[in-house]
Amino acid sequence: MILSIAPSALPISMRRIEKRFGSVAVLRDLNLDVEAGEFLTLLGPSGSGKTTLLMILAGFVRANAGSIKVGAEEIITTPPHKRNIGMVFQNYALFPHMNVFHNIAFPLKQRGVAPAETAERVEKALELVKLQGLGERRVDQLSGGQRQRVALARAIVFEPRIVLMDEPLSALDKGLREHMQIELRALHRRLGMTTVYVTHDQREAITMSDRIAVMNGGRIEQLDRPETLYATPRTRFVAGFIGESNFVPVECRNGSVWYEDRRIHTAAPAPSSGQHLMVVRPEKLRLLANAEPASGVNVLDATLSDVIYQGDSFVCYAVLRDGRQLTLRDYCRSDVLAKMPAPGQPVRLGLDAQDTILVAAD
Amino acid sequence: MSAQSVLMEETGGRAGQELNTRALHADARRESLRLLALLSPSLLLVFAIVIVPIGWLFWLSLFDETGALSAANYARFFEQGSYIKTFVTTFKVAFIVTGACVLLGYPLAYMLSQLPRRAASICLIFVILPFWTSVLVRTYAWLVILQRKGLINSWLMDLGVISQPLSLANNLSGVVIGMTHILLPFLVLPLYASMKTIDTDCLRAGMNLGAGPTATFRQIFFPLSLPSLASGVVIVFVLCLGFFVTPALMGGGKVIMWAMRMEQTTSLYSNWGAGAALGVVLLVVTLALLGLFQWLLGARATGVWSSR
Amino acid sequence: MSEDVGLPISHRQRLWLYALGGLVLLFLIAPSIIIVIMSFSDSTLLQFPPQQWSLRWYQTYFQSLEWRDATIVSVKVAVMTVLVATPLGTAAAYAINRGTLRFNGTINALLTASLIVPVILIGIGTFFLYARIGLNNTLTGLVIAHTVQALPLVVLTVLSGLRSYDMNQERVARSLGAGRIAAFWQVTMPQIRFSIVSGALFAFITSFDEVVVSLFISGGETTTLTRRMFNALRDQIDPTIAAISTCLIVLSIILLSIAQVFGRRQ
Repeated sequence: MILSIAPSALPISMRRIEKRFGSVAVLRDLNLDVEAGEFLTLLGPSGSGKTTLLMILAGFVRANAGSIKVGAEEIITTPPHKRNIGMVFQNYALFPHMNVFHNIAFPLKQRGVAPAETAERVEKALELVKLQGLGERRVDQLSGGQRQRVALARAIVFEPRIVLMDEPLSALDKGLREHMQIELRALHRRLGMTTVYVTHDQREAITMSDRIAVMNGGRIEQLDRPETLYATPRTRFVAGFIGESNFVPVECRNGSVWYEDRRIHTAAPAPSSGQHLMVVRPEKLRLLANAEPASGVNVLDATLSDVIYQGDSFVCYAVLRDGRQLTLRDYCRSDVLAKMPAPGQPVRLGLDAQDTILVAAD
Repeated sequence: MSAQSVLMEETGGRAGQELNTRALHADARRESLRLLALLSPSLLLVFAIVIVPIGWLFWLSLFDETGALSAANYARFFEQGSYIKTFVTTFKVAFIVTGACVLLGYPLAYMLSQLPRRAASICLIFVILPFWTSVLVRTYAWLVILQRKGLINSWLMDLGVISQPLSLANNLSGVVIGMTHILLPFLVLPLYASMKTIDTDCLRAGMNLGAGPTATFRQIFFPLSLPSLASGVVIVFVLCLGFFVTPALMGGGKVIMWAMRMEQTTSLYSNWGAGAALGVVLLVVTLALLGLFQWLLGARATGVWSSR
Repeated sequence: MSEDVGLPISHRQRLWLYALGGLVLLFLIAPSIIIVIMSFSDSTLLQFPPQQWSLRWYQTYFQSLEWRDATIVSVKVAVMTVLVATPLGTAAAYAINRGTLRFNGTINALLTASLIVPVILIGIGTFFLYARIGLNNTLTGLVIAHTVQALPLVVLTVLSGLRSYDMNQERVARSLGAGRIAAFWQVTMPQIRFSIVSGALFAFITSFDEVVVSLFISGGETTTLTRRMFNALRDQIDPTIAAISTCLIVLSIILLSIAQVFGRRQ
């Protein structure tokens, strides 16, 4: 197999990257390690610096300071064409004056690969992205999904050490996007190249990534596996950005946590003091029966304000005594539905201690 | 996790200095130098052919014929009647030509902007072709048409409208007609381009709200087209001030405009100081008008123009 | 209601507008048409419409050594101006488009200065400068002066091409292993070549039609066509000039058509 795998994948280590545009700091003292063969996603809202970081990695934007090592080699001042990094742009940036074959052969031509081998490798790459036999097509004859695949084939045909993707699926419609997510993931498994992926779509990030770096205001807020990020967000931003969250302010005193006059139990050791926020995921919250709950379940008293049925599930809106609104989501099971209180009635909401997460109030 | 362990190690070892700043700075500098290298031939040429001679002329204008530093070259403008007459003529021509361009150009641009795309692009050829035809050719054409025994006069006499030929060329009217013809595209083309961008939904909304076609035009379309009309006016006016070919050929030696005066003083009388002073004032007036317009345009953004 | 799709104003209500617009268009195009027709007249009197048709003024033009030399000088200068101004202007436009230099505004102003500064001032200034360095009445001098006049047009045309071009393509080419120059030649250049050709055509017309500066700095063996025409017109209205003018109009039509064709393909 010509497009061989894992041995060529290399780790990336970014240290203390600083980037300012004029007096505006876009990246501040940023450190990030990408493991060899890993699929890592930079996730964040627009303006968080994720694309800038990717551009610095590709060599199109120059950092003000910092170090990028690929394997043992420092590349921060290496020009883009010597970095050996495959790149897929948001708008694909296919060359409209070349057909599909010449687009994909472009990186091989730059490297002086012989014509026969070029043809063979382009054919392999086309096969890999399921575009066999479309080599002679003009770029403007391709559909959005096909362009996406050509861009991908072009970025991997020369077996780069690293592949970078800048929101490559954002121009596709929803169905195709979800299909391509799965395919990209499978392709990554098969080829095993170190991949850095940029998106602002948390669902996409969770679906595809080995690890996600959540970026905000030019910093990495948290770098973890998707399930860890969801289960234990470390900051309010991460909790709010990934998944849905209710925030309830709590106070920590001498190692115990209080919401109003109720003690809150947490699985992790509680901070010793200060104002914090309790992160309450809608699907972790339960409607409690009137009986006193088992220990280790935190109870919140509220008034039910509305119930919305969504077929397989329902959403409850409840208001706490301080006026704060909570959202609760659960599946429509007959036992739950049978005991559903009417809007306006008081309800008790339960949250297991192990699902109770605290983040600093900012 | 490896990331965290490395992070802690780094935090421990931080000494405040940043990594690779010098190499990155040098790299940025090289990049700037590369871009500068792409620009420098052009910049050098413009500097040598435009900036240096003008600076030199400015320097010359500060000395009188004996070589002594004086303001004589500028004082002359206020003292000698012939100079004052030149300025008056120049501004008179500039005002008339600019006015004529507005009167002819605005309806034309408006019509073009309202025509269907195909028709408009055909009509546009009639504007662009003269625009790219030599000024000399067009001046020559008007000379032929307007001269004593020219087209207009012979037709009018054949029709019996006049018994004596009108003097249309070799005087002010010839200069005005020729210059209007030459400068009209400078007003029409940008005006048309900006009228094309005026949102027809805006106008439809206006009519929907009960404004008639005339009121819609006056209250919505015209104010929206005003900034680019103003810029066209400034361009035409400024070009008028420095215009040479048409007045020189069609003025019959009677209509002496600014640029002709400059040519005469330098070529005919070899009085470089005086000619240079004329040039300096012309440049200053030109830049002042453009600057004033820029300033007004800036003011427009804060609503001074649009509030009318 | 009306049949107009754009606005609820009928064509009939606009008749006066079409009439006025049509008259202005006639005013713009008529002189060129009249000159073309007159150039085929047999008479020295420049009557319209001509009583007799002939090609005698074209014969005079092509047989006169003076006119022929002047034409050759103009063509030479225009071609050389294109060859100098196009690469220079393209390079400058590329650098400006990057927009990373600190003095981009100043650079822009400087490059387009020759559009703003009155031509007569450039003419006198250039003559004055050339007198010191011996470039008056030389082809080199003319080419340099015309290049400066043509540069802003090339820069602006290429710049507009670059602005509608997706720079990510050049980036992607570089990440795929192409060096700076290779990326420009293989990817950027093929896609902005129509703008470059348009810029070159504008440079050609600008140089070929230039009068005022040439009036000062050309003469003797390097007299340009326009300078000779200007001098001839100062004396009398020579019908030969109608023939030359027709040739110039045809040249403009040809160059503009090429620019149009290229523009549409882009």
